[in-house]
Amino acid sequence: MDTSLSPALRLSGITKRFGALTANDGISFELGQGEVIALLGENGAGKTTLMNILFGHYVADEGSVEVFGQALPPGDPKAALAAGVGMVHQHFTLADNMSVIDNIALGTQPLFRLKLDRSAARAKIDQLAQDFGLAVKADALVADLSVGERQRVEILKALYRDARVLILDEPTAVLTPTETEALFKTLKLLVAKGLSVIFISHKLNEVMMASDRVLVLRAGKLSGERRTSETNRHELAALMVGREVTPPVVATVERGPLLYELKGVSTARRAHGTALKEIELALHGGEITGVAGVSGNGQAALAGLLAGMEAPVSGTVRIKDAAVTAWSPLAALTAGIARVPEDRHRQGAIADMSVSENVIAERYRDRRFSRGGLVDWVAARTFAQSIIDDYEVKCPSPEARIRLLSGGNMQKLILGRALDPNPSVILANQPSRGLDVGAVAYVHSRLLEARARGAAVLLISEDLEELLALSDRIVVISEGRLSKPSARGKLSISQIGAMMAGHEAA
Amino acid sequence: MRLEPKPAPSLAMSILYPVAAIVVTFVIAGVLVMLAGANPFSVFRLVLKGAAGSQFAVLETLTRATPLIFTGLAVAVAFRAKLWNIGAEAQLYMGAIITVVLGTGALPLPAIILVPLVMLAALIGGALLLAGPAWLKLRFGVDEVVTTLLLNFIVLLFVSMLLEGVLKDPMALGWPQSPKIIAEAQLPRVITGKRLHYGFVIAVALAVGLWFVMKKTVLGYEMRAVGHNAEAARFLGMPVNGVLMKTALLSGGIAALGGFSEVAGLKGSLTLDLSPGFGYTGIVVAMLAMLNPIGVVFSAIFVAGIFVGAAAMSRSAGVPSYIADVMVATSLLTMVTAIMLSRYRVKWK
Repeated sequence: MDTSLSPALRLSGITKRFGALTANDGISFELGQGEVIALLGENGAGKTTLMNILFGHYVADEGSVEVFGQALPPGDPKAALAAGVGMVHQHFTLADNMSVIDNIALGTQPLFRLKLDRSAARAKIDQLAQDFGLAVKADALVADLSVGERQRVEILKALYRDARVLILDEPTAVLTPTETEALFKTLKLLVAKGLSVIFISHKLNEVMMASDRVLVLRAGKLSGERRTSETNRHELAALMVGREVTPPVVATVERGPLLYELKGVSTARRAHGTALKEIELALHGGEITGVAGVSGNGQAALAGLLAGMEAPVSGTVRIKDAAVTAWSPLAALTAGIARVPEDRHRQGAIADMSVSENVIAERYRDRRFSRGGLVDWVAARTFAQSIIDDYEVKCPSPEARIRLLSGGNMQKLILGRALDPNPSVILANQPSRGLDVGAVAYVHSRLLEARARGAAVLLISEDLEELLALSDRIVVISEGRLSKPSARGKLSISQIGAMMAGHEAA
Repeated sequence: MRLEPKPAPSLAMSILYPVAAIVVTFVIAGVLVMLAGANPFSVFRLVLKGAAGSQFAVLETLTRATPLIFTGLAVAVAFRAKLWNIGAEAQLYMGAIITVVLGTGALPLPAIILVPLVMLAALIGGALLLAGPAWLKLRFGVDEVVTTLLLNFIVLLFVSMLLEGVLKDPMALGWPQSPKIIAEAQLPRVITGKRLHYGFVIAVALAVGLWFVMKKTVLGYEMRAVGHNAEAARFLGMPVNGVLMKTALLSGGIAALGGFSEVAGLKGSLTLDLSPGFGYTGIVVAMLAMLNPIGVVFSAIFVAGIFVGAAAMSRSAGVPSYIADVMVATSLLTMVTAIMLSRYRVKWK
């Protein structure tokens, strides 16, 4: 059979239900050979479910998948691999304690052989790396690689298995702007060789940059299909959320008093990430201070300091006029610091506990929520319901386990919990990571409201557009050092990029 | 074969799955009974009769269930906070040692004072015994599974040393056994002349109390939070180490009450075979109850019933009573499988 004429991939009428929820509803599309399709949609729109069906992790209730004209047996990842479908997951599936070459060759060689045939593997990997601009150190341990390098290993792993169709799930979520550019170059080289790519994203600018065609999913249905050259970001955003999205309006707010100050603060060396080196930072009321930087340059230590998770080894920290002496999350909370953590699932919420149990987690000792060692569950429930109402959280009831909520709704709850006591200092660490357009706009408007109320906000983000849109002042963090703050509009994206890479401001 | 998550199971399903698990347990045990050359139906009828067929049988089952409720509760409390206390056996013996030391006449007090005093001392002894491994875990990251498990052997050898030495009853003719506790240190019997003692009542009251603690109190809330996600609990300002230490003290103390109850309510003295593995069976009991304190009472009675019933059956049917161990072990496996099936859908393909 001549496969050159058939599309690389054809999905026909894919429907998948989980109980009452229809995750995918009659989705059909084709992926041409040598084409890049972007699959765009909010969280919970059904992107990941669709890709899991395609790759055989789930079995569709209706519909079929064809690869190069051959029907793919449902529910068989091995068959998908054999047909040439390769997937790069958002969370990498690499063994940290093995070398790059072993990770790539793992599973492709017979199990019962004493020695891996490494030389043939190495030759093939080198060739692939050269062809597609995927430079990696073949003998390095995966544990020693940066996130961008790990992603290249994942892509090489798929290519090593002769993938003809590559699926990338949120590939840019963890990359620096430079790494993202390199990834897009690789994608161009791949399609030039006739490979086809689907990449999943909810970042509009990347979709516009890297794709030939955009498929928009909304609530499990295909809500639009556009040639990238014939559409624009506004149209795509509207297709994604079903309404027009307006960028945040940043009103002028008078600069308030100094609320939080770091002077010559250093932190201890950490196993992961970078320590802070003699940083200076002053947060004023009515001001959002944005921290730009490549992930792993000390943001975790800075956030840990504000959150009370980390103590400095030198320097002074002052909240309003008082020097901070106690270092614990509880001390930070008592001092009036609100915390929106970077990782909702690991730190922000206890997934298997209910909404009520989660919203009181920072304040259950208050007389409002407990007396004489007994929790007042009626008060907790009332509080949960008030956040659900105020923040338009979509959730069945305060008794629902928070695990069942989407990322955006979980973030709204965390934000509601943090902002309820009218905090004077707010730490927002990657507050919009992984959220859809609607939820991002909501989080931004709430942070701007807090700023208008006179709170000092520290916004740590890897999304430069977010930083530029919200911040009154921007500081850049690089290798644990903090740059001098620059007022809004003083720095261009390329200047910030250079400072993120460790160059002094020009 | 793959698993897909299911929405929350309905009430009917959450009853049906455990019942199905019990049925499957009996089917598997039935095959073994047939291999032993007996009729499974008559054997199971004898087990049921032996466990619940008469007033004597029921009382015997409840007596046997008593230490299992204590150890089951100790394990359930600890496991809820993800503190893996495998050492309920050692803590139970610690409670028994303290009961014998204080209850054999050292303190000439009336029963109304002596019984609560000995109980409190046993509780503190067991609590301190688990505080050690908990401290090592929190301070140095030492795995408490290893330390608590090894303590079981250490404490049992310590008991052996005591029984050959200072606690040896001179009247026991060389038998390694402690002297009997005095009448004022004994727990009264629920029905005069029967073996069921007030330890059972204390155990049930404790289960209700712990249910209340887990559900309604700040401590129970903190324990559940730490168990579900210790890192988030720490970030949210909970005293994670303090909560784990309190959990350890509570769990160790409860297990030690099991030892107190066995000596003061039933045996009267300390021997090396005071516990035929109540501490380990307590893990099974707690898991069967899905760590619910009220559930522990029922699963302890279920497990005790199988042991008591199988012993009675073995006397009349000639099938070895080891079938009880097989049934308890199988019921744990089927129950865990049933819980998984109620949460996930299995797809063959």
